[in-house]
Amino acid sequence: MQDLLHEIEKFCLRHDMSETRFGELAMNDKPFVSQLKSGRDLRSSTATKLREFMAEYDAREPAKGANPNRYPAGRLAFPHRDLLGIAQLERHEILYLLDEAEPWIELNRQSSKHADLLSGLTIINAFFENSTRTLLSFEIAGKRLGADVVNMHAAQSSVKKGETLIDTAITLNAMRPDAIVIRHASSGATQLIADKVDCPVLNAGDGQHEHPTQGLLDSLALRHALRARGEKADDFTGLTITICGDILHSRVARSTLLCLQALGASVRLCAPPALMPVGVEAMGVEPFHDFDAALSGSDVVMMLRLQTERMEGQFIPSPREYHHLYGLTKERLTRAAPDALVMHPGPMNRGVEIDSDVADMLDRSIITRQVEMGVAIRMACLDILTRSARKVEGWA
Amino acid sequence: MKQQTPTTITNGRLVTAQGVTKGGIRFAGGVIEAAGDVAPRDGDEVVDAKSRLIAPGLVDFGVFAIDKPAFHFGGITRAALMPDQSPPLDLPSRVSYIAKSGKPDLWVHPLAAATRELAGRELAEIGLMKEAGARGVATGRRWIADSGVMLRLMQYAAMLDLVVVSHAEDGGLAGDAVATAGEMATRLGLPSAPAQAEALAVARDIALAELSGARLHLRQVTTAAALDLVRAAKQRGMAVTAGVTPAHFMLSDLATAEFRTFARLSPPLRSEADRQAVIEAIADGTIDVIASGHDPRGPEDKRLPFADAEPGMAGAETLLAMTLNLVRDGAIDVARAIELLAANPARLLGVEAGVLREGYEADIALIDPDKPWIVDTAKMAASARNTPFDGQPTQGRATALWKGGVRITG
Repeated sequence: MQDLLHEIEKFCLRHDMSETRFGELAMNDKPFVSQLKSGRDLRSSTATKLREFMAEYDAREPAKGANPNRYPAGRLAFPHRDLLGIAQLERHEILYLLDEAEPWIELNRQSSKHADLLSGLTIINAFFENSTRTLLSFEIAGKRLGADVVNMHAAQSSVKKGETLIDTAITLNAMRPDAIVIRHASSGATQLIADKVDCPVLNAGDGQHEHPTQGLLDSLALRHALRARGEKADDFTGLTITICGDILHSRVARSTLLCLQALGASVRLCAPPALMPVGVEAMGVEPFHDFDAALSGSDVVMMLRLQTERMEGQFIPSPREYHHLYGLTKERLTRAAPDALVMHPGPMNRGVEIDSDVADMLDRSIITRQVEMGVAIRMACLDILTRSARKVEGWA
Repeated sequence: MKQQTPTTITNGRLVTAQGVTKGGIRFAGGVIEAAGDVAPRDGDEVVDAKSRLIAPGLVDFGVFAIDKPAFHFGGITRAALMPDQSPPLDLPSRVSYIAKSGKPDLWVHPLAAATRELAGRELAEIGLMKEAGARGVATGRRWIADSGVMLRLMQYAAMLDLVVVSHAEDGGLAGDAVATAGEMATRLGLPSAPAQAEALAVARDIALAELSGARLHLRQVTTAAALDLVRAAKQRGMAVTAGVTPAHFMLSDLATAEFRTFARLSPPLRSEADRQAVIEAIADGTIDVIASGHDPRGPEDKRLPFADAEPGMAGAETLLAMTLNLVRDGAIDVARAIELLAANPARLLGVEAGVLREGYEADIALIDPDKPWIVDTAKMAASARNTPFDGQPTQGRATALWKGGVRITG
């Protein structure tokens, strides 16, 4: 009897659980433990039941201390059907996605990269806007997990806007995919499609709204780079990160800043006035027009691609002038923190927003690491979002 | 159909410019014969108003479609139709045809296109269109970018004594924006333009109206800065008037969350501060007209990504109830509400309607200002269901309607 009470106390300590919570979970009886302490009788079958509960819980839940970022069990760890934006995610859900990506990083470094988790499942990559890298990354992620991956290229010219988008969604849905990955040139398009289909939808970039897997992969790449330096990097508290470039038109900027912010970083945005959206202060970031001022004290610098069509006088006078004011040169990088990391979502305009000798700095640039993490994070997302369909225990 | 039997409505509350007074109204031969302390005569059809409001039928200034069931549901007996039709109202024949299209139970007052094909370049045949029945001249959904064209238009309209109805939004600044620049648009990643796009256009149009002597009606003024310009122009004694639709005093850009395309409007929804400024301007008389902007849009125009969807809302059915919200909130009284919905728009159009005056057309609405109802897209009378107010409980309905003395049923 006293042994059992002792076991319960150790269990509660181990899992940072209150006695009432324990009573509720194990017996559906909140005052159970306090009654037990004050001499409540216990049948042997109940004692067995309690020990079974604790053993099962121990097997399922890592003890506190072993993993500081504990997650709710099963589906509660990520209770969303779709991944449409970082804005909808809680901090612990973001951390969960990052942690779930870790084993895939390892797998991707093996020579045999096959996991047959998604064997038999169909994933459609429906790209209504041109893309090379993101499409490739999603395709590789799906294939490494063993899914049947189909790519649909529908450039805006061939698929007419309008009802056709929803019709396309309904058509895709009728083919019974197990997940649809969508890129579209209009903000909110993925949400519109998600409302019409029965399977999980992953946003691979919608207009100028969000590109959530990019925000996640940036966070994962940053975490790895920091850990490689021996930092703990459970989150990004205390870190100052500057994102510089065409913020106005960038879905990457939105997703990445939301993600980094959720993980505790303070984010600075730097752009010429014409490329800075209104109201970013209300989102808790600090806007800069002066790149040197933004760099001062920054631990990480993320450069954004400047689209060619915006370089020729509409938004900025010329690429040359842009480089002069906002190009990340080796000299300029010295204004940031001494070992500041350099990021870029790619593809780069070398010599415009970033100089080659910065982009290729082995100890500072983590640009290729971002690409590597992209596959892992997309594998994690595809795995998690299809768990319900695969009837994974706790997720069905 | 002409009114056959004289009608007397008794036991009501008459809405007049002076306020609401107990009384009734008698109309015969399609015109109002007496209003106030009236008694039915032998042979009259007698209607007991049961203390409801007896108001003029609403005059909806600036709609994009003739949608009779929706107008009648909303207590609207006359509507000024925007020239943005297919084809546009830029020829006298089209104006003449459309002017007759609603009769007898709905009068449509066409607004002539200011420029050919509404392209903002060459003046359309405004004089001939006036003779064909046009009651004003409108720039359409967009402004006229060329200030020279706008000035010549105003001079011409001033000569013809036609009100110039302008869409006040600087096209260069607005570009392809679908939202007002601000936190909401930034979070959603929507193409946006600063609210000042409106003030710029209002400032220009007021300057040109002052120069030309034209009567200028800014169909929708939705921002604090632009309303200040209108307020100042009025203080100078200018013949400038301003309108708004309920969306801009009921909703702010928060309504665009989750990319709800029913909240995709032109001009786009504004900040909460601008919404408050609109209510203030309605209360202090800066805004003269509340209209529905009725623009029914089916799923082919609205079930799209936000930026690809067409702007506009079906507003005729909710116009009265949303305006009565302002009464319940204490911003205005009932008499002022009806002035905004009927008297002022009728005066702008130069038609003898919008007030309960002897000798005027008997366009009468019986209004129960407290009747509760729920906006339900599944039950709407409009030809499309694009209202941002779906599911909203509201109060105030027209319970009976007469056009030219004839009761409108169904």
